[in-house]
Amino acid sequence: MIEEILGLSMFVGALVLIFTGYPVAFSLGGTGLIFAVIGGLMGHFDWILFSALPQRVFGIMGNFVLLAIPYFILMGTLLQRSGLAEDLLETFGILFGRLRGGLAIGVILVGTLLAAATGVVGATVVAMGMISLPIMLRYGYSPSLATGVVAASGTLGQVIPPSVVLIVLGDQLGVSVGDLFLGSLLPGLAMASFYLLYVIGVAIFQPKKAPALPPEVTDMSKAALAKRVFLVMLPPLLLIMIVLGSIFAGLATPTEAGAMGVLGALVLAAINRRLNLSTLISALRSTVELTTMVIVLLLGATLFSLVFRGLGGDVLVEDALTNLPGGIITFLVMVNLLVFVLGFFLDYFEIVFILVPLVAPAILNFGGADLLPMEGTTLLVWFGVMLGVNLQTSFLTPPFGFSLFYLRGVAPESVKTTDIYRGVVPFIIIQLAALILMIRFPQLVTWVMS
Amino acid sequence: MPFLLKVSGWIDRISEALGWFAIGCTLVMVAVGSYNAIVRYLGRYIGVNLSSNLYIEVQWYLFSLIFLLGAPYVLKHNQHVRVDILYSRLSLKGQAWVNLFGGVLLLLPLCFVFLYYSFPAVVNSWQIWEQSSDPSGLPRYPIKTMILVAFFFLGLQGVSEIIKQLAILMDWETTRSEVSQ
Repeated sequence: MIEEILGLSMFVGALVLIFTGYPVAFSLGGTGLIFAVIGGLMGHFDWILFSALPQRVFGIMGNFVLLAIPYFILMGTLLQRSGLAEDLLETFGILFGRLRGGLAIGVILVGTLLAAATGVVGATVVAMGMISLPIMLRYGYSPSLATGVVAASGTLGQVIPPSVVLIVLGDQLGVSVGDLFLGSLLPGLAMASFYLLYVIGVAIFQPKKAPALPPEVTDMSKAALAKRVFLVMLPPLLLIMIVLGSIFAGLATPTEAGAMGVLGALVLAAINRRLNLSTLISALRSTVELTTMVIVLLLGATLFSLVFRGLGGDVLVEDALTNLPGGIITFLVMVNLLVFVLGFFLDYFEIVFILVPLVAPAILNFGGADLLPMEGTTLLVWFGVMLGVNLQTSFLTPPFGFSLFYLRGVAPESVKTTDIYRGVVPFIIIQLAALILMIRFPQLVTWVMS
Repeated sequence: MPFLLKVSGWIDRISEALGWFAIGCTLVMVAVGSYNAIVRYLGRYIGVNLSSNLYIEVQWYLFSLIFLLGAPYVLKHNQHVRVDILYSRLSLKGQAWVNLFGGVLLLLPLCFVFLYYSFPAVVNSWQIWEQSSDPSGLPRYPIKTMILVAFFFLGLQGVSEIIKQLAILMDWETTRSEVSQ
């Protein structure tokens, strides 16, 4: 009994400390320490367990999966900082702008392409919002459609390879990053297509919400446009396809592909004469900041889970989850609800580091059931992709969704908060539909693995 | 207490230097990483194994240095992620209280625990001149020592942050400009 209370209060304690606003990494680790002291005094925790700490730290240092993180972050920030993202948006705008809804289509495509740059939810939403929102509003898009598209596309990148969050998820689930990239490819692209269909639908049935650009803006000779598409659009597209392709074909490890991807991004930026010292340094600086933030968070979570396990909490959670009345269905509903609600308050990495190590062993016990005709690695990959899609939905859901806060921050005053809330609703419905489809038809994720 | 603020300023400068070192490591890591990838390819193509454990290990040593030395720098720049739903609504002093308590009760004890429990492992590594178990691998004791270095300087930056919070809470006049830097 006392173990149950200690385990549960550890979670509550961590949440309370996190909510004070002190950095999450230290709040988590600190909660671990506090409960190590309490548990130790009550004779339920043996401090000798802490002698495993240096080994854990060293394990993270020499972890070949995590090693890929700085490369993909740097590749993404280089593409962004060197103005390639803006060029892409602009070119898509000219290319599709003459169509109704064309600008929104461009935003969705860029969001899909720039998946590698998505580390923290806020960064992409802010970047896309600052670039594309003013343009869409200037040309008469309805504020709710414009903001909805930006919020949804800005978070979509998380579940599309080669996103950094998928790398971290692969590490925590203990599956290969290549498998996770492959598994998330179809669901991610499917969601992007649903977004596109929705925008096209709006453009057809409510043309006032998504007008075409006036001809003088898109006026450009066919040859000039073709040249521009060729120069601006193809290179980054090719780069990302080569990076992903070499991983999928088993030619390169994610780390190798990431390192070569950075080289490619540098070359691209140099060719476009956008590579200067200050761009390079600012990209390197954000790489150091993001990498450090993620790994220090992992260190804090490591101490937390060391104590949690020391108190027997992991066994309790696994038992409780495995013996739920209603079995797999209750399990999936509970885990999804939990992740969804946590997504209101915590960013992707925190949730992955805290929750995944606890629930992953439990899902393995359900493998092979009627609803989930798969086991082992395949099951874990499916589970990971499902969590990713769920979290992305959570980040979009008012009133707490992360990306909505960030979008509010960069949206002009004229856009009402209710516009943003109304705008994301169709996308949330798309997300939920995708989530349910994935649970009902796991093959959508696992077809590539069999 | 201008003296304490001076100390805080010195610590900040150290963390800043460590951060720049980490930024340099990131650039080198790109070079080493692409070298490893290219060489492994070339080797497979011509049928000779050109890869060396040396450079593969250099790569993850650099990765480790990025976040170990980046940690105090990121703390100084206030980039360790926070959940700021409530925090952002607090007054400047309210935030200072959060950071003061967090620094004293969470961050410093954490650094101490990591230092205390890592120390014997690092000493042991030096005693046996621990080497990589792979041929032509690197010695392990320097990189293991970096764990101690990292948590020491993270703790030190923690002290600097605590001083800054005290300055805010006690309205040390001279400090405003220095704190806001």
